[in-house]
Amino acid sequence: MGNFSDRGVKQSIDWKLVISYLLLILIGWVNIYASIHSSEPSSIFDFNVRSGKQFVWILTALGLALIILFAVNPRFWESAALPLYLFVLVLLVVVIFVSKDVKGSHSWFEFGPVKFQPAEISKISTSLLLATLLSQTNYKITRIKDFLMTALIIGVPMLVILAESETGSALVYVGFLFVMYREGFSGWWLFSIILAVALFILTLTVSPYVSLLVLIGVILIITIIIPGRIGVFGWINLGILTLLCLLPWILGKTVPEESFMAKIKPLYILLGICLCVVVTMMVKGYKERKRYLSMGALGLVAGIALIFSTEFIFNNILQDHQRKRIEVLLGMKEDPSGVGYNVNQSMIAIGSGGFKGKGFLNGTQTTFGFVPEQSTDFIFCTVGEEWGFLGCLVVIFLYVFMIWRIVVDAEKSRESFTRIYGYCVASCIFMHLFINIGMTIGLMPVIGIPLPLLSYGGSSLWAFTILIFIFIALYRQEKKYY
Amino acid sequence: MTTEGNNRSRVLLIGLLVVAVILLAKLFYIQIIDDKYKINASNNSMVYDMIYPTRGIIYDRNGKIIVSNKVTYDILVTPREVSQFDTLLLASVLETTPDFIREKMAEYSRNKKKIGYQSMVMMKQIKPETYMKFAEIQYNFPGFRGQVRSIRDYPVNAGGNLLGYVSEVDQKYIDDHPGEYRPGDYAGKTGIEAAREKDLRGEKGYHIYLRNSRNQIERRYKDGEMDKEAVPGHDIVTTIDADLQQYGQQLMKNKVGSLVAIEPKTGEILSLVSSPGVDVSMLADISQHYNEIIKDPHKPMFNRAVQAPYPPGSVFKLVNGLIGLQEGTLNMDMAYPCYQGYHFGSHKLGCHNHWSPLRLEEAIMMSCNGFFCYVLRNILENKKYKNIDEALDKWNEYVQSFGFGHKLGSDFPAELGGTLPTSKLYNKRYGKGGWKFTTIISISIGQGEVGVTPLQIANLAAIMANRGWYKIPHIVKASEGVEIDQKYYERQYTMVDTTNFKKVIKGMWRAVNNGPGTGCTAAIAEVKGLDICGKTGTAQNPRGADNSVFICFAPMDDPKIAVAAYVENAGFGATWAAPIASLLIEKYLNGETSRPDLENRVLQGDLMSRVKTYN
Repeated sequence: MGNFSDRGVKQSIDWKLVISYLLLILIGWVNIYASIHSSEPSSIFDFNVRSGKQFVWILTALGLALIILFAVNPRFWESAALPLYLFVLVLLVVVIFVSKDVKGSHSWFEFGPVKFQPAEISKISTSLLLATLLSQTNYKITRIKDFLMTALIIGVPMLVILAESETGSALVYVGFLFVMYREGFSGWWLFSIILAVALFILTLTVSPYVSLLVLIGVILIITIIIPGRIGVFGWINLGILTLLCLLPWILGKTVPEESFMAKIKPLYILLGICLCVVVTMMVKGYKERKRYLSMGALGLVAGIALIFSTEFIFNNILQDHQRKRIEVLLGMKEDPSGVGYNVNQSMIAIGSGGFKGKGFLNGTQTTFGFVPEQSTDFIFCTVGEEWGFLGCLVVIFLYVFMIWRIVVDAEKSRESFTRIYGYCVASCIFMHLFINIGMTIGLMPVIGIPLPLLSYGGSSLWAFTILIFIFIALYRQEKKYY
Repeated sequence: MTTEGNNRSRVLLIGLLVVAVILLAKLFYIQIIDDKYKINASNNSMVYDMIYPTRGIIYDRNGKIIVSNKVTYDILVTPREVSQFDTLLLASVLETTPDFIREKMAEYSRNKKKIGYQSMVMMKQIKPETYMKFAEIQYNFPGFRGQVRSIRDYPVNAGGNLLGYVSEVDQKYIDDHPGEYRPGDYAGKTGIEAAREKDLRGEKGYHIYLRNSRNQIERRYKDGEMDKEAVPGHDIVTTIDADLQQYGQQLMKNKVGSLVAIEPKTGEILSLVSSPGVDVSMLADISQHYNEIIKDPHKPMFNRAVQAPYPPGSVFKLVNGLIGLQEGTLNMDMAYPCYQGYHFGSHKLGCHNHWSPLRLEEAIMMSCNGFFCYVLRNILENKKYKNIDEALDKWNEYVQSFGFGHKLGSDFPAELGGTLPTSKLYNKRYGKGGWKFTTIISISIGQGEVGVTPLQIANLAAIMANRGWYKIPHIVKASEGVEIDQKYYERQYTMVDTTNFKKVIKGMWRAVNNGPGTGCTAAIAEVKGLDICGKTGTAQNPRGADNSVFICFAPMDDPKIAVAAYVENAGFGATWAAPIASLLIEKYLNGETSRPDLENRVLQGDLMSRVKTYN
């Protein structure tokens, strides 16, 4: 058992973190009960239904937490990171071949009544190995070799999970970018990736033309901001940009419909201008040794490539059901009883909650099975319907508090391993939070991914408990001795 | 590193707050600002209780009800509400076995989760008397209740193929009629029920209730202000004469074939029998009998009257004769020899013994095969046309104008059009130029590639009666709230002039009324004073004995009814088809029959043993 000689349990453990954890699992349990209440009216402890089963999961998760806090030497995690990582990787691959098809994905091991998803624990093993690598004293993320190593650790499990058709779980790995950013990864890259996603969505929802305009605008502003002054060129460029925004409208007004001019689409005019701009920027950047100009030109080219390949990616790389989900999410197809059904119903459930909600067990939407997967991926609907905006506020506040607290603790930590691991934990929770709640309110595609600690299911609850409590244990150990 | 790290940590935390604010802003929007979602949610907690309309009643042409509705009850169980009960008592009241009830209850408890609070149909179509007994003791059986259901009732046995049946819609039917049906609805599937489904079905209504979070009904929504009452279906008046239909069915009993009667002036179908048919007693709950019907080797669901492509046999000689007259390749004075048939090369197309040579009138009266071989030869070898291809296609055009070779367009949804040869068909079969008149000689006498439905030959009888035109045969009359297509009012003229018809009809009259022993083929059909004009046919049937065919109309000068009788494997036209058609006409025109011996022979006649089944 632990050593109580230095600082006691009371001082060494971050109790605020533990309490927010406990509150969240409690909220989850109550809402799971509410979500199944009308179709299965029974006691919250009835082990035949999900609320009772979740109670068992909660008890076992708490047991796990105690073991991690008091029985395992926190040093163990760092030394076990690599073997653990490799072991989970093997599980991830094996599950593709031995699992049954669950809604198109191959990611569940089944041992009689017990089901478990290696993708859940892969978050933990990847975090541990990432923390081990990044905390090496001679590690520098800007060095190509180290960067590739990092990319490998994150990318391999991510790709395997994608191969399992668990798009949601794979998307969580994008969150490790934040960890990399904290550890010195270029902010420009982070910015570029976010911009790329925005361009992708704009291209699909509005038009490639608008998307290209935004790209040009962003790059123009950057080339103005970096030198810190706006010259004559800058003003002229801004003027041209404004003109370009109006181009389709001007063409529509002035060019007769059947004429030769009408066949030249505004998009191609814009593309032509872009090519001129790229050449100018390249030449100017080279001559005047202005690196940001050359980089801007490269960014422009990459952006154009992205915009024009988006359509290709959308039509040829994404799977049918993913494409449909994105279409519905982006409002490209109104289909309330088809693919959009889930989102529509969950937004109705949440929206009907109003400010104060309908009250515990009084939800009509979530309790009658209008909302699918109501106790797992869509548990937030029950919160939204029965507890209203206030309930949502509380839940989101708890998550934000928890993530905030982990980041602050991580920053306070003197060991890089603890700090980096902490950031990994925070990123995972953040990604789950954003994707899951975003999905229930129509901000994100419907990609099945549980809400940490709230959603029904042992696999997920255990994984997040272990993830969080390893951090609490690591942090506690530091407090104990320093 | 630390200051840099702190900066970056700050950037990330700000990002976290931004995302949290975005989520909360969207939540704020959908939960507080936008009302759309609240309205939708109330839709979900309203329960629409469907009210099914009563289906329209079907009348015969004289106002007699042939299809109506009767009330039965279904026994519903809500397994969640059932407590301990006396199985024996319930079984005895519901006239079933305790084992049946135990089995059902066991089944429900196996599917407990799936059923939830829903009600299940335990028994279907309980008689009202039985239900009343149950209703008296219902309070002993919480969770059990009766539900009224209206089913079809058939006071007159007017034939299942004609009336059609109503049954629950399946998924395919729902898909084929988008937006019109939901699972559990009923729709007419064949016959009149299907033809006039839109009129008969009426409009569903609903009552709206509000339910609480336990899925229990609390009260009516806005005190029923928004409810919609069901609109009963329109009644349908048919052209059928119920008595005649019933008599026709008796005549066709134990025979395979069809009997169709049409009022020539209007095209209204007076009776339409397809034998063997589906008995009306099975129609009300056809799903119960479905297997039995499907397994019947005589295919009772097959509506022979409008679907079977039979060879018409000699009745088709009328058509060829008329075409010959119209084309000028035949006239009333032309006489052709017939020495027991038409000889070509080493072959002959045989004929029965009769005097020779004959003119058209006698050839029709005696149904001479040889004569009509000459008739068709003259039509096909007409110098007017470039070659036989062109002549045949002209012939085809003529025959089409008699309503053959295509669907007539009656209001029977399942009607088929029969077959008619074209030069294309023969060119494909024998090669271009590889066939001549003698190759296709059998169509002279209505054999070979000619296939017609009994409805089409009944229509031919009507054309003869009208001297050259018909109205498309139909079974539904226009009545209040029910319209029929304009096309049923329009005369359809054949390509043959009225004057030519008059010449041929004389032969048809003589075929029936020339007196026994004079060579006329249908003396058996003669009824004094009715002036029946007819034509017999004996069509070869590759599946056994010849088919017996007869078409006729009466009276000659003011035709009131045209009839076609087609009896499979029954031999000469005069043996079965002619008496059946003649009796039907007599019954219709005189209200009674005067030939008890003949009638008895027909009613008792059982030809089923001759018929080869379709196994």
